[in-house]
Amino acid sequence: MNKTFIIIRREFLSRVQKKSFLLSTILLPLFIFGFYALIIYFSVKGEENLKVAVADQTGLLEGKLESSETIRFSFIKEQDPAALQTLLNNNDYTGYIIIPAGFSGKPGDSLLYTSNSNVGLMTKEKIQSTLNKALEKIQVQKLLAPGITLGQLDSTRSDITLKVSKAGQKSGSTGFAYALGFICGILIYAILFIYGAMVMRGVMEEKTSRIAEVMVSSVRPYQLMLGKIIGIGAVGLVQFLIWGVLIIGLQMLLPVIYPQLLDHAVNNAGNISAANNNSQQMEMVKEILKNMHDINIGKILALFILYFLGGYLLYSAMFAAVGSAVNEDPQDAQSLMLPITMPIIFSFVIMTQAINNPDGGLAIFGSLFPLSSPIVMMARLPYGVPAWQIALSLLLLVLGIMGTTWLASRIYRTGILMYGKKANWKELWKWAMRG
Amino acid sequence: MQLCNKWPSFVTNRWTTQIKPKLVHMALLEVQHLKKYYATQKAVDDISFSIEEGSIFGLLGPNGAGKTTLLRMITGIFFPDEGNIIFEGRPFDAINDIIRIGYMPEERGLYKKMKIGEQAVYLAQLKGLPRNTAILKVKEWFEKFEMQSWWNKKVEDLSKGMGQKLQFVTTVLHEPKLIILDEPFSGLDPVNSNLIKEEIYQLAKKGCTIIFSTHRMEQVEEICDQIVLINKGRKILDGKVSDIRQQFKENLYRVIVAENPQIPGASGFSILGQEGDEWTIQLQPQTSTNDFLSQLISQGVAIKGFNEILPSLNDIFIKLVHDKQSATRQFQPISA
Repeated sequence: MNKTFIIIRREFLSRVQKKSFLLSTILLPLFIFGFYALIIYFSVKGEENLKVAVADQTGLLEGKLESSETIRFSFIKEQDPAALQTLLNNNDYTGYIIIPAGFSGKPGDSLLYTSNSNVGLMTKEKIQSTLNKALEKIQVQKLLAPGITLGQLDSTRSDITLKVSKAGQKSGSTGFAYALGFICGILIYAILFIYGAMVMRGVMEEKTSRIAEVMVSSVRPYQLMLGKIIGIGAVGLVQFLIWGVLIIGLQMLLPVIYPQLLDHAVNNAGNISAANNNSQQMEMVKEILKNMHDINIGKILALFILYFLGGYLLYSAMFAAVGSAVNEDPQDAQSLMLPITMPIIFSFVIMTQAINNPDGGLAIFGSLFPLSSPIVMMARLPYGVPAWQIALSLLLLVLGIMGTTWLASRIYRTGILMYGKKANWKELWKWAMRG
Repeated sequence: MQLCNKWPSFVTNRWTTQIKPKLVHMALLEVQHLKKYYATQKAVDDISFSIEEGSIFGLLGPNGAGKTTLLRMITGIFFPDEGNIIFEGRPFDAINDIIRIGYMPEERGLYKKMKIGEQAVYLAQLKGLPRNTAILKVKEWFEKFEMQSWWNKKVEDLSKGMGQKLQFVTTVLHEPKLIILDEPFSGLDPVNSNLIKEEIYQLAKKGCTIIFSTHRMEQVEEICDQIVLINKGRKILDGKVSDIRQQFKENLYRVIVAENPQIPGASGFSILGQEGDEWTIQLQPQTSTNDFLSQLISQGVAIKGFNEILPSLNDIFIKLVHDKQSATRQFQPISA
């Protein structure tokens, strides 16, 4: 059996068999799920006592929108978005809808609801259905004249959609892209730190327990280093897999818990009939699916795994090098880690920029440069990235991995046998450069 | 030595039984003009020696002499800056030959959190043993050292002495041709020291070659056939232990006399000391022992005992190292 494989096997098993691994692997998804359920609960629940300003430029709906206990519609004179925004900022209204001149309520038309706060799905549905009901009434009244055909009757069904916007942000699937990119970026950011530190601690353990010299009399140092990196990477992958399965599994369970959640929300909301319940749920699911479809989740997941592995391999080699240079004192690690943690933190900063401006120069550079691409690319992906950029970015990442691994293995082979001397990066560079 | 290259592969194969014809005085390991320089010091500076197959070889030197660096080159951990290492007649191949070497470094190390049995099996696997064979071997050795009940214990639960025994087992488990032990007895009580010593003899008898690195001279005298003494990166002495002691003898003798505790002064020797009825004398080079004894007898001294005092390796070591140290002081001690 190949020695590197034997090392991978030990590194993997020794971690997977720990109680803490089992605990974190199972508890975390439960925690995430709980968090998730809470978010859904709040987003479904919607706000109470909404005051919606309607700037009706057509005069079509004037006075025809029924206010309920929780949503009150007020028709106002201001038509200018800036003026309306001031009203929002003054907390006079929760949100506003402009009904532009020329709007006739044809099926497929849409209106924009702008609010300073996040708009729950339930709130959105309620406003939308109120609008549609009002429009249907108008249509029906128009047709109260004799001689209606069936086709005409059908056309009374109003099917406008309400788009939701948080003031100053893009709407619809961009919101979803934003969230997805941000979550993926943060995940990779966290992975680099968590698993990188795990590699570093593993190397430090070998060095301080003096097993390193025994090991390198059996295997080459790079085999030891690679074995550790790949073994821990496999632990990470398995952990993610379990998390994925658990989260998806729990989501399957969601409908079981969901109806109560929804009922609760409905009771709170008051006037939505139970019959509407199902169709509304369907609406939401449809919307989420549509967003997912727009963004191509499969491709993003595949690239997420690639960038997760790539970023991990790139950085963990450097973490291993630092681990090899540290003596008994973990304090030493802090200062040595700085040159590694800085690019990760910078990548995170670039990512927050890229998420708002995915095609900006900084975002493109950040998503190509191997030290930052695993994090920054995540932010850009949901918005769509040209294939050549992804290919170039991955190619550069592979070259980067080869480069850092080569450099790290040279530092590592000297470092793990070096005791007593406090090393700095200048010293490490010397180790790397010497033959 | 060229012969070795022509042996069919099944002979040189690692796990086939050794049916190699034993060549007389074949050197298992030959070190030629080995050099390893660090930025601030010459850790190993032009050292050459050869070790016969099946011998117990002592590598001696004070702390910081370059022993560890030398051993790390022989174990393939470091590459020499200059010089050659010939292993079994061929240039040493660090990748493939290291599985035929067992190395116990001075700084002992094991995975603290790992179970003992699993750890021994793991280390044996890395030396090329298939897993099943490794498990059998570990069980065999654990039985021999009465360690069977330890299998599922963790290393951190072991005492220092127990850890040492385990380390020794993991070093020799894969039946290496060359076993390198760096200070193998440090931290062991006399009982366990003897146990390990016996094992070293047994392994040598079976044809293993053993390099024994230490600065404890009395152990070397007892165990080693051949030694090399290095100091500050340079070889200052090598040869068979008995030859070296002969070479450094100073014609000292011990005479035990009865009744009359006096040795009359005479020509050809000088008296260095007396302790009860034991006298230490030094003969002048031209005086033979027979001349000396007949002088005493003719003067009526009753002799109960007479023997030559050979210098201990310790004396030689201290003398040589001390001389060198006063002569040159150009290198800093090397960190272990």
